Amino acid sequence: MLMATWIEYGVAFFLLIGSAFALVGSIGLHRFPDFFMRLHGPAKATTLGVGCVLIASMLYFSTKDEGLHVHELLITLFLMLSAPVSAYMLAKAAVQQQVKTFNRKD
Amino acid sequence: MSRARWFAHPLGSFGLLMVWMLLVDDFSSVGHWLLGSFLAILIPRLTSTWWPSLPRIRSWKYLFVFIWHMLTDIIVANFQVARLAFKKIDDLQPRWVQVPCELEEDIAIFLLASAISLAPGTVAASVDRERSILTVHALHCEDEQALIAEIKRRYEQPLKEAFACSAL
Repeated sequence: MLMATWIEYGVAFFLLIGSAFALVGSIGLHRFPDFFMRLHGPAKATTLGVGCVLIASMLYFSTKDEGLHVHELLITLFLMLSAPVSAYMLAKAAVQQQVKTFNRKD
Repeated sequence: MSRARWFAHPLGSFGLLMVWMLLVDDFSSVGHWLLGSFLAILIPRLTSTWWPSLPRIRSWKYLFVFIWHMLTDIIVANFQVARLAFKKIDDLQPRWVQVPCELEEDIAIFLLASAISLAPGTVAASVDRERSILTVHALHCEDEQALIAEIKRRYEQPLKEAFACSAL
């Protein structure tokens, strides 16, 4: 069960990139001033952030055990199906409720 | 159901079989292939009454072009949003953009709206079927026309080619 070093580097690389994007998404969620702008944060962190973490997971488990383990692809599939729908529903609800929007100074 | 066919949705059946095999995460077991195939044939047959009529896919090539555009845009635009998240908030120009949409099929409009939402920086907020307008919220948009043109060129064009437009 000796994992080649470069695979460990690869796994670490994807984990770092993925968590960096998830962090940036959360920072955006914290900093953006109104509801619609905040919507962009979580709807995005799922795409590249989670994608990179899943690639790391696939790399790790495919090399650790015998055979290919790619069932993380399902997580990607369901995320990609559900994230836009939930963002859409949230936006619809917010428009209906006439949520306050960020007033710019111009 | 007037036409009881074994494969109500061949693509749907194939998709279900793949999802089943990925779920059990064991591609070598014959039993799971059999069980998966059984479910893949049974479920589309049982639920076919609730399925809307799906459009035929005219060109697989353009469907892959669309998926390719979506994946590359997700990566590129993630970096853009990452940069925006650290910018001064006052410099951001959030904006509502009305994108006229020429697609006819439900599934094509769904794919277009999903692609817009998945690409960071834009969220599809409302679909108006009557006037065929997609309302998109852009996180930072300096040029409205450029954004519309980009959405139309990168997403709508391949989708229009991929699905046979029966009405036109």
